[in-house]
Amino acid sequence: MSSMFVKALQPAPLLLPSRRMVLAGAAGLTLAFFIAPRGLRAQAPAPVIAPNAFLRIGEDDTVTVLSKHLEMGQGPYTGLATLVAEELDASWDQMRAEGAPADDSLYANLAFGAQGTGGSTAMANSWTQMRMVGATARAMLVAAAAAEWGVPEGEIAVAEGVISHGDRRSGFGALADRAATMPMPEAPRLKDPSAFRLIGTDRPKLDTVAKTDGTAQFTMDIHREGMLTVLVARPPAFGATLVSFDDAAALAVPGVEMVRRIGAGVAVYARGTYAALKGRRALDVTWDTAEAERRSTAEIFADFSAAAQSGGQTVEEEGDIDAGFAAATQIIEDEIRFPYLAHAPMEPLDAVIEVKDGKAELWYGCQFPTFDRPTAAKALGLPPEDVRINVILAGGSFGRRAQGSAHIAQEIGEIAKAAGRDGAFKMLMTREDDIHGGYYRPLTVHRLRAGIDDAGNITAWTNSIANQSIMTGTPMEAMMQGGVDPTSFEGSNALPYTFGSRRIGWAQMQSPVPVLWWRSVGHTHTAFAVESFLDRVLEAAGKDPLQGRLDLLKPEATRERAVLETVGRMADWQGPLRDGRAYGVAWAKSFGSYVAQIVEVEERDGRPRATRVWCAVDCGIAINPNIIRAQMEGGIGYALSTALYSKVSLGTGGAVEQSNFHDYPMLRIHEMPAVEVEIIRSSVDPTGVGEPGVPPLGPALANAWRALTGQVTSELPFPMQSNV
Amino acid sequence: MTQFIVNGQDVTLDIDPDIPLLWALRDDLHLTGTKFGCGVAQCGACTVMLNGMPRRSCVTPLSMVEGSEVTTIEGMTGPEIEAVKAAWVAIDVPQCGWCQSGQIMSATALLQQSASAPTDAEIDAAMAGNVCRCATYVRVRAAIHDAARTLEL
Ligand code: FES
Ligand code: FES
Repeated sequence: MSSMFVKALQPAPLLLPSRRMVLAGAAGLTLAFFIAPRGLRAQAPAPVIAPNAFLRIGEDDTVTVLSKHLEMGQGPYTGLATLVAEELDASWDQMRAEGAPADDSLYANLAFGAQGTGGSTAMANSWTQMRMVGATARAMLVAAAAAEWGVPEGEIAVAEGVISHGDRRSGFGALADRAATMPMPEAPRLKDPSAFRLIGTDRPKLDTVAKTDGTAQFTMDIHREGMLTVLVARPPAFGATLVSFDDAAALAVPGVEMVRRIGAGVAVYARGTYAALKGRRALDVTWDTAEAERRSTAEIFADFSAAAQSGGQTVEEEGDIDAGFAAATQIIEDEIRFPYLAHAPMEPLDAVIEVKDGKAELWYGCQFPTFDRPTAAKALGLPPEDVRINVILAGGSFGRRAQGSAHIAQEIGEIAKAAGRDGAFKMLMTREDDIHGGYYRPLTVHRLRAGIDDAGNITAWTNSIANQSIMTGTPMEAMMQGGVDPTSFEGSNALPYTFGSRRIGWAQMQSPVPVLWWRSVGHTHTAFAVESFLDRVLEAAGKDPLQGRLDLLKPEATRERAVLETVGRMADWQGPLRDGRAYGVAWAKSFGSYVAQIVEVEERDGRPRATRVWCAVDCGIAINPNIIRAQMEGGIGYALSTALYSKVSLGTGGAVEQSNFHDYPMLRIHEMPAVEVEIIRSSVDPTGVGEPGVPPLGPALANAWRALTGQVTSELPFPMQSNV
Repeated sequence: MTQFIVNGQDVTLDIDPDIPLLWALRDDLHLTGTKFGCGVAQCGACTVMLNGMPRRSCVTPLSMVEGSEVTTIEGMTGPEIEAVKAAWVAIDVPQCGWCQSGQIMSATALLQQSASAPTDAEIDAAMAGNVCRCATYVRVRAAIHDAARTLEL
């Protein structure tokens, strides 16, 4: 596996001009090209032969953008289409988008050099590429019109999807076939930002209508002729292995067609979900838990805490720590504990496969096609070119579908293979399978210590973090330098604060519990640890939470300063307490974007209740402010849900204690605060917004709660009961 | 054998009468606008109208709908659903979209039953059973107010 990823990490092929492809049977213009990220341009272009394209112009004038990024709610279909439409001078009404299939050679994420969606990179890596796609198509349409009308290209205008010269006018569709025969321009010119008419303006997402009338097609909605629904009986503890099973009672359930052993457990194949559920319940399975994780959460925390106290390996060090603590007149210390978390996307994991005559076709919300396609092919015993993955809408992911292990692709491949015949199969997980299923946000312990001198300066700052590595044991391990997984502690190091001395340490822990990126990854815990602990330190130093942070920022931290100042102005910050309510502030830089939030909190039944949230975000050029605001609102709700409720815990013997929304609760509408978002004006290239709204909310909430009640939050989620 | 009406059409299903209505709709009738989120009446993704009232189809056995009228998102008609859908698009409520059929069914039921524009508290009470993991709640609320204005409630 790791060699595959090393290969995938090589720079994406460069280049323009590459090769224009006309899809057999598809009318109109289809374009395929690659544009390398900056810094790779000096390399020789590789030839590109691709059966697919980024753009399709139909005879009916529709322009369909094939999104190389999975649409799971963060808006890349709309964002990529906006970039194309801007340079194409299309009218927004003619734009459409659909998922591009798995094809590394064509649809690589230029931030990864491999096909995949994550790290809030969709718009950042597509910013130049998709505008080039639009500009190239525009140039070819103009060339076609010039040839058709016998006029110079320079006299042709394009606006709102209409190509014109004097009285002559044409839509794109009528010229698309001819445009496809035109030479691809060497270097199409991109617009000056002052000429943007779509970029920077609000518009609803392209997939919104289909998501309001029930017609949007997700994986679970797919039906194929003769399809069987498959549920898998999975191990009762992480790392448990299958010993034996008795399927007699399961096979007696009407509708159950077969039962097979696969790597993930025992698969029950049935006509319809209900029969599969009944069949699975009727199975008698024996598991071996000798090698399983049998520690409870309490025991795991004890082990991780001991490791954090020992300091771990140094990942950042600056100044003389001992001297820093020696100069201090006050020392503040804390240990903060973060549980395992399930992503719980609203559509639980699922996949559909159809195998026929030695070829396989799959449909699902595939987030890492680079890993999934070869994995499914291997499980099926087919060459990857005979495996087509149709990437379709996902009902949420938050990282859950982006597996280095490609376990869903492996599972659906094995399900089809084990059936021993051609046919269509749909694998789905119940909510209980999802909550029990692992691939959690890593359980984490932070050990923090800070020294403050008489003048209120922070003379020393140490933070030691203990958790499992997400990348270890996956193809991504090849990217780890010096055995260090930066996603384990990102956000705790490289802080723009002036501390007299600092040391950040990391202890890599082991457990059979599989862990995964979870909306904002390391920042889910580091922002909380840093920003809630710093708040206590500032208080001890006699400083205001907002002004204290601003004073600590290094001079070069201008974007950090801007979001903090902006959010302070938005909330009319007057300190942490006002009229019986408390206000907490926190900020984080994640995935290239800067977000600061202030949360207004009151006490309700002994627990914090967030009533309002102000949010300032700097994500570079705002492509669609509507989507940026939506992602901040959603990130805030997701983070609030997490801080108030989310915990996956293992009981004695290692079994997961939660199973569904009654004991893994979700934030509901009456708990959602009012949210006000301000986007910082910027001319810097765009960065992501899917994740960066999440990190600041938790610490801002804890800071407000401490101001209100004096209670320090050293373990998440917030206790269900407290003694205010 | 269960006979009932779905989206105005007579339907006869010769399947296990214990099957939750959700799976009969999705797997047997291929009406997939109604979603599965939890299976235990905790999330509202599976909300349909049963004789005009919102109902969690995941915990409604097929036998219970014998002779009844079931309406799914695909079959909703009338001024309330039209106003709700228009507001949902104008305010761009959905993110991943998975919960949205259920949100829209509950919102439509609320407006059908409201004699006057619903307050925030009434919206909370009517919508608290619908989980949105993408936390589109700010916009759900705004869209319901918007639809109420369209309906001149
Ligand atoms: S699926 Fe019915 S309430 Fe969740
Ligand atoms: S829009 Fe994703 S769960 Fe509601």
